[in-house]
Amino acid sequence: MSDDTVNIEVDGVPVTARRGQMIIEVTDREDAYVPRFCYHEKLSVAANCRMCLVEVEKAPKPLPACATPVAEGMKIFTRSQAAIAAQKATMEFLLINHPLDCPICDQGGECELQDLAMGFGRDVSRYAERKRVVRDKNLGPLVSTDMTRCIHCTRCVRFGQEIAGLQELGTTGRGEHMEIGTYIERSVEHELSGNIIDLCPVGALNSKPYRFGARAWEMLAKPLVAPHDCLGSNIDAHVLRGTLKRVVPRANDAINETWISDRDRFSYEGIYADDRLLEPMIKRDQEWIAVSWEEALDAASAAFRAGADDDGDALGAFVSPSATVEEQFLLTRLVEHSGSSNVDHRLRTRDFRDQDADPPWRWLGADIAALEELDSLLVVGSNLRMEVPMLAHRVRKAALSGTAVGFVNPERYEYHFPVAAHVDAPVETLAAALAGIVAGAGGEVSGAPSGAAFSEAAALLAGKDRSLVLLGQLVERHPQAADIRAMAAELCRLTGAQLGYLSDGANAAGAAIAGATPHRGAGALAREHAGRHVNAMLSSPRHVYVLYGVEPDADFADAELAHQALKAADTVVSFTPYATGALLDCADVLLPIGTFAETSGTYINVEGHWQSFAAAATLPGSASEGWRVLRVLGNALELPQCDYQSADDVRDALRAIVGDAAPDNAYAGSWDAELAPADVALADLDISIYDVDAIVRRATALQRTRLAAADSSDEPADQVA
Amino acid sequence: MSAAVDQVLSAHVREEIDHWVAKFPEGRQRSAVIAALQAAQHENEGFVTPEIMDAIAAYLDLPAIQVYEVATFYSMFETKPVGRHSISVCTNISCWLRGADDIVAHIESKLGIKVGESTPDGKYYLKREEECLAACCGAPMMMVDHHYHENLTPEKIDEALDSLD
Repeated sequence: MSDDTVNIEVDGVPVTARRGQMIIEVTDREDAYVPRFCYHEKLSVAANCRMCLVEVEKAPKPLPACATPVAEGMKIFTRSQAAIAAQKATMEFLLINHPLDCPICDQGGECELQDLAMGFGRDVSRYAERKRVVRDKNLGPLVSTDMTRCIHCTRCVRFGQEIAGLQELGTTGRGEHMEIGTYIERSVEHELSGNIIDLCPVGALNSKPYRFGARAWEMLAKPLVAPHDCLGSNIDAHVLRGTLKRVVPRANDAINETWISDRDRFSYEGIYADDRLLEPMIKRDQEWIAVSWEEALDAASAAFRAGADDDGDALGAFVSPSATVEEQFLLTRLVEHSGSSNVDHRLRTRDFRDQDADPPWRWLGADIAALEELDSLLVVGSNLRMEVPMLAHRVRKAALSGTAVGFVNPERYEYHFPVAAHVDAPVETLAAALAGIVAGAGGEVSGAPSGAAFSEAAALLAGKDRSLVLLGQLVERHPQAADIRAMAAELCRLTGAQLGYLSDGANAAGAAIAGATPHRGAGALAREHAGRHVNAMLSSPRHVYVLYGVEPDADFADAELAHQALKAADTVVSFTPYATGALLDCADVLLPIGTFAETSGTYINVEGHWQSFAAAATLPGSASEGWRVLRVLGNALELPQCDYQSADDVRDALRAIVGDAAPDNAYAGSWDAELAPADVALADLDISIYDVDAIVRRATALQRTRLAAADSSDEPADQVA
Repeated sequence: MSAAVDQVLSAHVREEIDHWVAKFPEGRQRSAVIAALQAAQHENEGFVTPEIMDAIAAYLDLPAIQVYEVATFYSMFETKPVGRHSISVCTNISCWLRGADDIVAHIESKLGIKVGESTPDGKYYLKREEECLAACCGAPMMMVDHHYHENLTPEKIDEALDSLD
């Protein structure tokens, strides 16, 4: 027995535990249930609810299991008379000021207080005095409050301090007058703040958009994958008779732990936007008319056939990087069937120069959880918290546990952790700044700037066992992305660091693997005849365009160029969940497809992890799952081997092509530094957290937050203070 | 430090805060919140405003809510405007047995205000229920602007209060 373990007894059963562990960790492990409110395994111990009192032999009084470390020989009783009596007494006190308004409370049915009151509460209250009433707080458009229900467990306060890194809520006042709130009326603004809804063990903090929408026991929980960033956070969709009512996290310690971002939690509102396309439509004589699927698919087939002209070069296809792998793969097959390679998902990319040298299957460069183990991390060109909020949380955890985290960014974004090095790199000269760091690391680069900041950033990486250079979305969208990538690769070569990438959308990795690029087909294998990339398809207009889940006014790097090209085309076929104005203006055929919640499919996350999910919500109108529409279209166009019965069949067909291939960031590009300033503005590259895709742009509550208002002046924010 | 903090907190208050911050280990500047509030309240006629609390938070590099928490927790801090002179009458057991209720009633009628209120001229503030001030041997007692007045009689109260400017 090492010094690190102690022998204890839990309810008469001898067990071993790690020295210093809290009793509740051991009882949880041994399945000896101890009731609790304030304790949460991801938060610090507060020991203020007293619900977890247990009896410990030779201790004169019951002890809080969450805050009592185990000691050699300790005998713990979780169900003894003394323990139960203490727990019941605590429950009676907790209920003194609780309103017991369960019938009108959204938490009813999934409330920890309600559950434990069943187990430990009296059936009749002895308390006949006046109950206290607490004024509700306005915390903004996402979190509703009923503060009289609060039992002061302070989980929400600790979440702000420890997880978000920004304490917005606190306890003001004392004793009877203690309240949870912000003191000065203001919204909670952190991009993870919705998690306090899950943490709240009572009905004090709830989801504002979901308020009074359903009862917990009426809904079915269906597993999905979050569709807004490359992390692939696991979520559960709570569905009432086919309608998605809310989204909650599904615990996955390897990806999102027990949290999700507000974007993943509240974006579902966008599914039910007013401009959902409910039936297929065709534009005839400048008039939109609803038609049958048959008619619409005929028109779409005709478009694909017309696209086969010029050896397929008449066609141009764009697919959303947030579409499922199945959709991306089938669309690519249809394009190829027309003899074309003009398909791309890199809608916001501006620089395609190094596409052949670029790794076929890029990834984060480390497992998500392994970020916490890094010695150093240099993030280049990323507004990390806004791009991938849950990944930013991992980076923060890493920084707080000793990883030296540096940034090369146009702005000093607020990270809420100590930053080890920062290189001020305006977007125009981001490439030059990286050249400076390469020079700082001992590389030779002519015309590179020099300075202490560059050397510090280089020193961050040098001589470390585990270090990572992470290229963010500002790089991905940068007009000198090729130079930046090449120099980042050179920096990694000089310092021994790994290279990692963040990508746009939920499934850019999937799109690359599915072959939705002009230069590489399925399995990311090089094509014999490379097609046109996004920019080449737009700058010299094609006769036929196919848009898949793409909004031309918001999803392209150059919306104006896209508009002109689409307007000039003979036919534009759009697979879309929404009849957006820009599509009505320039498309000719609209095919209604399901969103992430209404289709079965697979996303490949930034770790290269394939995550499949089944449709959770019912499709509206006569909309259909995208992969089904593509399959039917494939049959109409006589695409061989297109008899898929399910999305799984499509995925398996792709998996067979991919085989054992795994993500690999080895960069084969040459280093041809171009140090002239780029002609680009930060506002073009830094897309607002709630503007990234069609669904989130329609999520009304998110659009009313201050984060959404920060860079759009068109809509006044529903805000306080 | 922003100019705004400079304007809200006087050089003397900032000096006082620095003095207290230096007593704690680096990174533990949160420990100086009480001292900072005391210093700022003293210069602001006995109460702190959200503006002052925000300035203290900015000066100490803390979330503002952590300053609000402390200011609302301790009864010695006032977060709303009150009279310049703060009167706290102990009404705990020893003082109560020695007639504290009469003392409170006398002050209330003399100043024309109830407990918890300030006089309209902004001169006096009669604090709500200040409990045992550890001067039981001199009960009944009151504290006026940090000074103890013991073995109170109506005459002593009048003298103490009338002598204030």
